[in-house]
Amino acid sequence: MADAPVSPSLTNSGPEDAPLYAPRKQIYPQAVKGRFRTIKWVVLAVTLGIYYLLPFLRWDRGPHAPDQAILVDLAQGRFYFFFIEIWPQEVYYFTGLLVLAALVLFLMNAVAGRVWCGYLCPQTVWTDLFYAVERWIEGDRRDRMRKDREKLTLKTAAQKSLKHFIWLMIAWWTGGAWVLYFADAPTLVRELATFQAPMIAYVWIGILTFTTYTLAGFMREQVCTYMCPWPRIQAALTDEYALNVTYRYDRGEPRGSMKKNEAMRLQGQPAGDCIDCYQCVNVCPTGVDIRKGLQLDCIQCGLCIDACNTVMEKINRPLNLIAYDTEMNVKARIEGRSETRHIVRPRTIFYAAIIALVGATMIGSLAMRRTVYLSVMHDRNPLYVHLSDGSIRNGFTVRVANKNLDERSYALTVEGLSGAKLDIVGGEIDQQGQVVVKVGPDQTLEARVLVSSQGSDVPPSTDIHFTLTDLATGDTARMSDYFKAP
Amino acid sequence: MAHDIQEKVDAVSGVTTTGHSWDNIEELNNPLPRWWLWTFYFTIVWAIAYCIAYPAWPLVSSYTKGVLGWQSRDAVEVELAALKDLRSGMTAKLAASSLDEIKQDPEMFAFARAQGKAAFGDNCAPCHGAGGGGAKGYPNLNDDDWLWGGSLEQIQQTIRFGVRSTSDEGHSGSMPAFGRDGMLKREEISQVADYVRSLSGLPTDKGADLAAGEKIFADNCAACHGTTGQGMQEMGAPNLTDKIWLFGSDKAVIVEGINNGRGGVMPTWQGRLDDTTIKALTLYVHSLGGGQNP
Repeated sequence: MADAPVSPSLTNSGPEDAPLYAPRKQIYPQAVKGRFRTIKWVVLAVTLGIYYLLPFLRWDRGPHAPDQAILVDLAQGRFYFFFIEIWPQEVYYFTGLLVLAALVLFLMNAVAGRVWCGYLCPQTVWTDLFYAVERWIEGDRRDRMRKDREKLTLKTAAQKSLKHFIWLMIAWWTGGAWVLYFADAPTLVRELATFQAPMIAYVWIGILTFTTYTLAGFMREQVCTYMCPWPRIQAALTDEYALNVTYRYDRGEPRGSMKKNEAMRLQGQPAGDCIDCYQCVNVCPTGVDIRKGLQLDCIQCGLCIDACNTVMEKINRPLNLIAYDTEMNVKARIEGRSETRHIVRPRTIFYAAIIALVGATMIGSLAMRRTVYLSVMHDRNPLYVHLSDGSIRNGFTVRVANKNLDERSYALTVEGLSGAKLDIVGGEIDQQGQVVVKVGPDQTLEARVLVSSQGSDVPPSTDIHFTLTDLATGDTARMSDYFKAP
Repeated sequence: MAHDIQEKVDAVSGVTTTGHSWDNIEELNNPLPRWWLWTFYFTIVWAIAYCIAYPAWPLVSSYTKGVLGWQSRDAVEVELAALKDLRSGMTAKLAASSLDEIKQDPEMFAFARAQGKAAFGDNCAPCHGAGGGGAKGYPNLNDDDWLWGGSLEQIQQTIRFGVRSTSDEGHSGSMPAFGRDGMLKREEISQVADYVRSLSGLPTDKGADLAAGEKIFADNCAACHGTTGQGMQEMGAPNLTDKIWLFGSDKAVIVEGINNGRGGVMPTWQGRLDDTTIKALTLYVHSLGGGQNP
């Protein structure tokens, strides 16, 4: 312990020519065809289709509520999601949804690594779309590399301008679709087109146009490697059982050119299937060499699998030299054991169980959600007053929320204090002497109610219960409080 | 700088090291992208520009004002103006409606109560308490006892012109100082005080001459407090038969009141608060304890 080095060797700051900051290496991913590329195209079409078109989906909720299937109505403080309507005091449903999303991400990771990054992450999806546009206009990897290397000609300048124009259009459309979730979409589209829309809508379209254009057009893989926290968290959550895009080095090594490897194979010497053609690197959108193993920059989109399989097919070697595989299996093959697949294991069972628990809790609380809501607040100053006949009176502020989409009447009663008299300020008392509160559709009402004791002989504190009964359905909401006396 | 350290390559990752070593753990040189560095420089430039543009640095007795001339006070004023603008429709509606009309309209009533609550906190709470609970000598506005009347109109009248205030229209009338001014003798004051306590069922002193007290009451007090002691709102004379006592119900307190008289003052608010605010205050005060109907 005594002679352990204690101070960092700051005086020897290392080779001075080693740069601490690296210039950006432009990546020119090559087009690829194959199974995973097809999956990616389908996912891209479906996710973007949902994002761009969902605001136009209608959902009939009756005359008092908007008919947009998904609407975040910030002005009225309401969130509509198909048949669910969420009030501001119920935003915990969003917390639940976020918890659920995180857990699903963990489960996905335990089963198939960074499959989210490769297929579903918005950054991946939009970058993919931007790459497609770029490839369509400027050509594939080699064309683009050449064009960037050579002097700008009128033709390439025109191509680049067109590319940026289309990029900006996509980015602008992305921002435009975003704001449609916050107001009636068809109306807002008309307002936007005629420059009648609120300023905030244009500001948000501007912000999202800028971020989409910058992140998907320029930052691209830098977002995944330097900005996104998920790869770092994911590295700590993954294990040897997770399906990751894996170079099967047990089969691929030693690598060499096709001719050299074939010759060695003929001589009975060990030779791998990898012919070092660099196709897996060329198609990679983050510029990773998957043969170096699992690494932070790899988003596991599987495009290298497609590229490698194309090559394997051509050279007549078995497919899937690169494949979704587990660290366990690679080791098992090297050691001559048989491959196994452990999807069901403590980690995945645990994640699935919590997901089921959180999901069931949310569904349960949604299903049991009442359409009538009552809150009661006792006057603090004064806690009680004497009346001229010697009895004691307490004041309360009562808030009634009617979550139904029609006007409802509610009867308010109080129990727990014998002979107590309930009165409401500016409210209605019906023939039976009941306090009745009328609340408009999808509204809340605050009322002041007064509870009086029968005489002065009351204990300092008595538990009382307010009950609100929907006169139409009989639904009730209860709230407990105290009746205070000297 | 020493150049004696060789560029070392980490065996496992194949990455060069920076030469930094902590407890034999070496730092790999995985360089950050240069744009990251530029982002860092940009934040520095931004911070400096911000300090120049906006108020930033404290000085001995002041602070740097910033070349944009931005002030938090201006921002608040803009927000207040926007708020006033937002409320203007409702305020105009309130101004145009009678007290009863406002009370009948749930939306206006809620608005008036909210506005009244704020105005009450600013203007009335120092004497009447934050929730209108009152204090000794300052009426509790939550109960059902109204010295000058508890209807909407009467409350508005009281707020507008005050009580024993500088306004000619304010409520006047005060309790004379029967003892100090020699109208009643000490003995008589004690007798009438006992009688007054008996009116609301409070215990009286042993051997108290209630008949004498009643006689003195009829001669001196009934003119304002009524023959039965039920009070008179026109004079602001409290009801002596109920259980609510503005200054307290101890005999000593009552004797003190008869001896030196009483006369609390409430300022006139007309001219200090605008009409709409007075309306809102009226509705708020009326709603505290339910007020009285005309």
